[in-house]
Amino acid sequence: MLELTPAEWEALRLSLKVAGVATLASLPLGIAAGLALARGRFYGRTLLNILVHLPLILPPVVTGYILLLLFGRRGPIGQFLESIGIVLAFNWKGAALAAAVMGFPLMVRAIRLAAEAVDERLGEAAGTLGAGRIATFVLVTLPLMLPGIIAGAILGFAKAMGEFGATITFVSNIPGETRTLPTAIYTLLQVPGSEAGVVRLTVISIVVAVGALVASELLAVRARKRVTGR
Amino acid sequence: MSLSVDVRHRAGAFALDVAFESGDGVTALFGRSGAGKSTLAGLVAGLARPAEGRIVLDGTVLVDTGRRIAVPRRKRRIGVVFQEGRLFPHMSVRQNLLFGQRFLPAAERYANPGRVVDLLGIGDLLDRRPRHLSGGEQQRVAIGRALLMSPRALIMDEPLASLDEQRKAEILPFIERLRGEFALPILYISHAVAEVARLASTVVVLDAGRVAAVGPPADVLGGSQAAFPGAGEAGSILTARVRDHDPADRLTRLVLGETALFVPLIDAAPGSEVRVHVRARDVMLAREAPSGISALNLIPARVVAVRELDGAGVEVRLAAEGATLLAQVTRRSVRELGIAPGLPLFAVLKTIAVDPTAIGRELR
Repeated sequence: MLELTPAEWEALRLSLKVAGVATLASLPLGIAAGLALARGRFYGRTLLNILVHLPLILPPVVTGYILLLLFGRRGPIGQFLESIGIVLAFNWKGAALAAAVMGFPLMVRAIRLAAEAVDERLGEAAGTLGAGRIATFVLVTLPLMLPGIIAGAILGFAKAMGEFGATITFVSNIPGETRTLPTAIYTLLQVPGSEAGVVRLTVISIVVAVGALVASELLAVRARKRVTGR
Repeated sequence: MSLSVDVRHRAGAFALDVAFESGDGVTALFGRSGAGKSTLAGLVAGLARPAEGRIVLDGTVLVDTGRRIAVPRRKRRIGVVFQEGRLFPHMSVRQNLLFGQRFLPAAERYANPGRVVDLLGIGDLLDRRPRHLSGGEQQRVAIGRALLMSPRALIMDEPLASLDEQRKAEILPFIERLRGEFALPILYISHAVAEVARLASTVVVLDAGRVAAVGPPADVLGGSQAAFPGAGEAGSILTARVRDHDPADRLTRLVLGETALFVPLIDAAPGSEVRVHVRARDVMLAREAPSGISALNLIPARVVAVRELDGAGVEVRLAAEGATLLAQVTRRSVRELGIAPGLPLFAVLKTIAVDPTAIGRELR
């Protein structure tokens, strides 16, 4: 009962890989977007805000379809990427893109809150002490944002682990390539008599999600201790 | 060492239009809250750019809007001690102290970390986080951080404003030693007469974004209230010499000309000169030397001028032992004692009324 079948192992491994790559690859962008929304005073800030939140409010199927239109082999971005040797359609990289896009709003929200909480006057102080913009960011702003960045990354990761609608629309449900945990559960549900497998994958999903949350709490507490010295 | 400022600036509805020059030592920017002190300090530090004008420090042009010069704050080498400390919370005291040094070529570092740590007495705090420090300790670390960037000038923006009297008394001596040991030009922002009287060599009084008065503290602060509207309490500054201490009664005896002046015990060597700030309303007047009175200080004086104030009070300007002393008494007392220019009388000063933190060493 508790033994995972090779196919289920594969789905778990693939999910972790897809969600991990999605999180790490989108983190720098997430930090940039969070900072821009928190501190930026630029034209188009509202537009960026809407764009970032779009995947949160659109039906996932719609997001997946838009990804297909843009990043598919005949889509404008897809064609360009293919010309430099990157294919996203119907493989795990595409699944990672879908997961990253869907997790992005949650990630940015947490990072933005963290950026807003950093006292900008500390940056002024760093400036009077001789630090330029980059040094101020690396030595002061970034370390102080760290708890929020960790929280955002883990939220994004959890969302990526569970992403279903956009993934199945964009990259389908190919065993070993794009069949992550949620799509594997969905597939098993279509087959009569496979309830045991569904239960196992469901338990795994819960364990991974709760584990991520606990890990994020622990990391955030540690980071906050480091940052505030409390 | 000189600082020359001539700027016009707008921040919201507030307009700043200020021009002054100051020399060695401590220049105090003095005035009530909202007078533009911090805005002006921010322009000098490079936190904001003036709409128009010039700021020159020791011959180096920091800002000249006419020539489109605005040195970025990180290149000004002006150490800033902010009112609220602004220590980096994620760094230890040591890391905070050494923050500015890393951006400076070794050849330009003149401030020695060991010496600064000793001067400020923060050797035991080095491994702690700012959050675990008291307000006074935080401000000392903030001063150390600003010093260790080997600055060409120091701006202190109300560094004592958020501290209680005891902490103030703890930090003022450090600022005094700083002034002596590093010979840095210091722009000291405050709305406290006592601090300014004690530290400053030049006082710039700001009122509603304009310069109301500039000069040595005895001239500017010793003047009447009208000379610096709303800037605090009228009072005078006496320069006296320390004669001796009486630790048993916790008193220090100063001499002002021929007259002994008892003040609460201060930490100053006998023979050294100190400045004492005396509030006008703490001075009583008597036609004859009173006897059987608790006040320890009786200063023979002569009335120079009498000026009626808005309320019940009258300001009496006295010449005493070659210094100017201000007293505030009621109209009734002036009438009943017949106080008029030329009249000799005695100024009575309660020892207890003298704030020991308002007594400072002369800059030598």
